Amino acid sequence: MDAVAKGDSPLEMYRALVGIGVVCGLLIVSVFQGTKPIIEANKAAALERAIFQVLPAAKQSKTFAATDDGFKLLEGPATGPLVFGGYAEDGSLVGLAIPAAGMGYADTIRILYGYSFEAHAIVGMVVLESKETPGLGDKIASDPGFQANFEALDVSLSADGSAPVHAVAAVKHGTKSNPWQLDSITGATISSKAVAAMLRESTTTWIPKVEKHKADFMNPGGAK
Amino acid sequence: MSATLEGPTTTDEFIKGLWKENPVFVQVLGMCPTLAVTNSAINALAMGLATMVVLVMSNAVISLLRKFIPKQVRIASYILIIASFVTAVEYVIQAVSLDLHKALGAFISLIVVNCVILGRAEAFASKNDLVKSLADGAGMGLGFTFALFLLGAVREVLGSGSLFGVAVLPASFQPWVIMILPSGGFFTLGSWLLFFNYLSKRKARKAALATAEVAS
Repeated sequence: MDAVAKGDSPLEMYRALVGIGVVCGLLIVSVFQGTKPIIEANKAAALERAIFQVLPAAKQSKTFAATDDGFKLLEGPATGPLVFGGYAEDGSLVGLAIPAAGMGYADTIRILYGYSFEAHAIVGMVVLESKETPGLGDKIASDPGFQANFEALDVSLSADGSAPVHAVAAVKHGTKSNPWQLDSITGATISSKAVAAMLRESTTTWIPKVEKHKADFMNPGGAK
Repeated sequence: MSATLEGPTTTDEFIKGLWKENPVFVQVLGMCPTLAVTNSAINALAMGLATMVVLVMSNAVISLLRKFIPKQVRIASYILIIASFVTAVEYVIQAVSLDLHKALGAFISLIVVNCVILGRAEAFASKNDLVKSLADGAGMGLGFTFALFLLGAVREVLGSGSLFGVAVLPASFQPWVIMILPSGGFFTLGSWLLFFNYLSKRKARKAALATAEVAS
């Protein structure tokens, strides 16, 4: 192998690639470790902001994990589906913040909505993640007319407590006549319908369950 | 290349990226982030700065290692170095602002395949010393940021009626939604290219005129 000049031997290539790989790996690990606590704090803060946004009266929040026989106050890392309890300053329950997700026009939309036990209604909704068309579909997060749907969106349960009496449904813009209907955004029908569909699905699953186990949220873990 | 008798100085290497060899308007490189994330001025600036950081760091490291990296595996080595810096920058952006990370989305990871960065590594950093490579990276990075900002500012003003989220046009102005959609990126980029080409053509014409006058 006369053609292999100095600096071109397999060993040198190997040395260069492994050397760079090891150093780069160390760099990434140290940056990851360094930023991890900050990123987690940021995410927790963003979630808490969202909870207080859908439950404006809440001043503190607690995380609950859904189990087979009710809801348990969560202290460790998150496992399974979560709901968040919002509490007023004196520790009384304001309502729940429940995450929901569904397919939108472009990609999965993730939302968080506030449920009030008192009003039996959805009292707030924020979009956590969406890739909807800018200027049209992404108005589900900002359009004041659409957000007004979530001042009191009726999801009260039927007498046997198994499902909401009226399923949440999107209607054409300007034709909302019942408190369980969602007034769509003109030009963003698919995104509006997607929000209605994920709320319908989520409320059918969760509202009966949280109503049945309401006591779990009242005095979580025996603490105030 | 404007090779004079003495060769370009470090300052020249820095300046050329800003204007004469601007990566977007002259070299027309790195179009993917250029068109995708410039729907607002703040996104454009953040993307430009993130790219600049990666560019400067990778230029520096590649320049330092240029004698250590065998020719056959140089591209693999460059990609490894660039990808590591991009990953690091992605974590830092998440730590600085989750909203910004959300707005830039997948395009942060795509800095790895931005041809401006690999292009400078191959064409410049692998052949020049550390100081010149740093100057080249900073100049190209600033030029890239500047170009992205020009695009982002125009698209945000016309598409949302605001600049950096502050309303600058009267409420009666109906935003041109198309400007913040991908097609608006092409329109804006085309218009800026037109403008910059006009400027350079006019300059060339004037220079030609001046030489003709001197000759006569």
